[in-house]
Amino acid sequence: MTFLKINNLSVDYEMRKETVNAARNINIEINKGEILGLVGESGSGKSTVGNAIINLIDEPGKVSSGSVILGDINIHENSRSIVKYRGNKIGLIFQDPQTSLNPILTVGEQLIETIQAHLKLSKEEAKNKSINLLKEVGIKDAEARFDNYPHQFSGGMRQRVVISLALCCEPELLIADEPTTALDVSIQSQILELIKKLTKERNLAVILITHDMGVIAETADRVAVMKSGNLVEIGETKKILTNPQENYTKSLVSSVPPTNKKISRFVIVEKENSDKKKNNIKILNRWTKKEIIDQDLVQIKNLSKSFDDNFFTESSKNSVMAVNDVSFDIKEGESFGLVGESGSGKSTIAKMIVNLFKPTSGDIYFDNVCITKIKQRSELMKFRKQIQMIFQDPYSSLNGRLKVKDIVAEPIKLHNPSISNIDLNNYIYDLLESVELTQNSADRYPHEFSGGQRQRISIARALATQPRLLVCDEPTSALDVSIQAQILNLLKDLQEQLNLTILFISHDLPVVRQMCDRIGVLKDGKLCEVSNTEDLFLKPGHEYTRELLRLMPKIESIYN
Amino acid sequence: MLQVDNKTLSTWERIKDSDIYHSFIKSPTAIVSSTILFIIFFCSFFVELITPYNPFDPSSLSLMDAFTPPSWTEDGLAKFILGTDGQGRDMLSTILYGCRISLIVGFSAIIFSLILGVGLGLTAGFFGGKYEMIVMRLTDVQLTVPSILMALLVDGIARGLISREMHDEMAIYVLIFAIGISEWPQFARVSRAATLVEKNKDYVSASTIIGVSNIIIMFKHILPNILRPVLVIGTIGLALAILAESTLSFLGVGVPPTTPSLGTLIRLGNDFLFSGEWWITFFPAIFLVILAFSINLLGDWMRDTLNPKLKK
Repeated sequence: MTFLKINNLSVDYEMRKETVNAARNINIEINKGEILGLVGESGSGKSTVGNAIINLIDEPGKVSSGSVILGDINIHENSRSIVKYRGNKIGLIFQDPQTSLNPILTVGEQLIETIQAHLKLSKEEAKNKSINLLKEVGIKDAEARFDNYPHQFSGGMRQRVVISLALCCEPELLIADEPTTALDVSIQSQILELIKKLTKERNLAVILITHDMGVIAETADRVAVMKSGNLVEIGETKKILTNPQENYTKSLVSSVPPTNKKISRFVIVEKENSDKKKNNIKILNRWTKKEIIDQDLVQIKNLSKSFDDNFFTESSKNSVMAVNDVSFDIKEGESFGLVGESGSGKSTIAKMIVNLFKPTSGDIYFDNVCITKIKQRSELMKFRKQIQMIFQDPYSSLNGRLKVKDIVAEPIKLHNPSISNIDLNNYIYDLLESVELTQNSADRYPHEFSGGQRQRISIARALATQPRLLVCDEPTSALDVSIQAQILNLLKDLQEQLNLTILFISHDLPVVRQMCDRIGVLKDGKLCEVSNTEDLFLKPGHEYTRELLRLMPKIESIYN
Repeated sequence: MLQVDNKTLSTWERIKDSDIYHSFIKSPTAIVSSTILFIIFFCSFFVELITPYNPFDPSSLSLMDAFTPPSWTEDGLAKFILGTDGQGRDMLSTILYGCRISLIVGFSAIIFSLILGVGLGLTAGFFGGKYEMIVMRLTDVQLTVPSILMALLVDGIARGLISREMHDEMAIYVLIFAIGISEWPQFARVSRAATLVEKNKDYVSASTIIGVSNIIIMFKHILPNILRPVLVIGTIGLALAILAESTLSFLGVGVPPTTPSLGTLIRLGNDFLFSGEWWITFFPAIFLVILAFSINLLGDWMRDTLNPKLKK
């Protein structure tokens, strides 16, 4: 029997310039004991639908039509009745466990407060109930941890507390908005297991909002695909993922990097694939292409970096080893992947290679020259030119006060001050076209572009000095999956035609598998293993690698 | 090719499209205060074209006109709208001339302290280390001295160093320096804090990796990005600087009576307040209040509009 029924729900945001339809005529039904995945890219309206169910739409948005029927009551009938259901019949889990708990109250106080707000229980009964809840969500030693503050819990544990808060008034519907996006893979899988377990045990109806197809494949019974406020397709997860009917769903599924095999390019369904000629990289004739010789371009020897606050402490006891005795080589022309969870030191290594940080000990050799010991600026400039970097956050990596052409012109003018204006402009246009942007992008400011386009500008800027090594620090993790596929395709094309060497840093194993020839796995600043990509995925040598592979959400799991 | 959209906007279209423009035309406070300011600025800087009298031309003055009350009172004359002072100068013209002096001093002082404060704050935030510590402790020390006291001190020292004949000529520069030097710490603090945020952003790293020098990174990349908060407190600082100028002139250490500013006029009129000639001090004072109040209102509006944290 249908438990929750969303009828023709529309949400409009009236902005200064136009009215944005964040959700348009959405019809969704959910049964008890079922997990419905709500999937879509950023701006598709998936969170809006989640918030609209409990009428938590921020100004200037409003629910313009439709009804939400829970059991057999229309909970949208008047705006005051909905307050009764929030927290009571409907529980909520948000993305960031850091901000969804009050940092100055203990976990116990927050639980008791919430329970007493909805149920008529004495303080003692409420306490017993909350301890049972903490046990149920898998917090060990719940009696003792009851009096802890949120900061004393790790990220995953905190999310468990958030779940226990959502459950404390026996809700029948649980809305989880990106519950694992802020967490590492290993913790993500635990939280998803917990949600699955609770769904069965408590016979809950769960709406799981996420952008991650892997999470959907492993958790959801049915899936609803959303695109720019519209419901594209809804059905059983297996059916949707293996045999999508709509074009959009097809492109979404094909953009997800497969975890079990390496493909040469991502298939972009929506874009007109036919007129996309290869070999259109215009900067090729300006490029002094290096022939690939079988040698190491980068050698990293016993690299260590510690961050310590030497203002207060003389001893190095308190210092944190962000990178601890790491050695590996990158061959000319290859893609080398560095994988690890947050805090594993992968970005620190990247920043030492591009010379933003000085290593505490150890050396980095580039083309057989030790670049960590260079003192002279003119010497350093030679290497600055050859090593360029692409950053994770496309919003902070471009100076918003400069036009795109000035951003791209900066490295060109710096390394070739005598370049004429006409030549400079042509070079900028060639660079922009090589990253598939139009020439008229040059006169615009970065805020006029989307995340993926900004990342392309970033790539154009990095290519302007004709580097040999491109360090990519999580270049796609801030992007939607279909944009990610395009950017990864672009990087592959560029590498192939310009003989680039790429150091690719990511936490996302499937992406690394598609991009890299060899992979190094980092944990807590130490290198666990380095091996060829296929070997690493088929027969991992290190315990930690096996663990990572086991836990990564696999979209293919649906086929079995 | 990814098409963004075809037309490139002109500068004016950009302004018309911006949130600031829309917030401006929606805010009565901003419109009223900026209109008042525009009128005051215009009248003070083109005062020669507007007023029929030149209060600083002794040949045009007649002591017979002295102490004429405002035109709407019983003894008022239509040609002196706001009356005249003890030397027969038309009050309205004198106020506008005085306002020009006040505005020049206020603007110059705030620009001086902006350059000093932002320069020190930006470099302190960027380079860090001992240099930063010295600069920031200096601002702490500066902030413990009340700014009027600081200005009095500077003025006193200047009087000691500059000869009496020179002093009247130099007075205005001393005043600018005195006010400027007491206002810079807040600019230094704000710009240092903003620099600390900006310098850790990836676009700064990207420029470093390309090989751009520190000086260029500071002035081409970081400076334009920290200007917003600095300009907001700069506007509010402008009102403070004009008030400081008036206070100093009122105390008699500001600009000399031969080229009176608003503060000087208030002081001169103050002597006649108890003998019934209230208009000589009242009109310059009310004019100063309107000026400072409008600048503050505009500054508040700017702070609310430009601060992303206060946006709904």
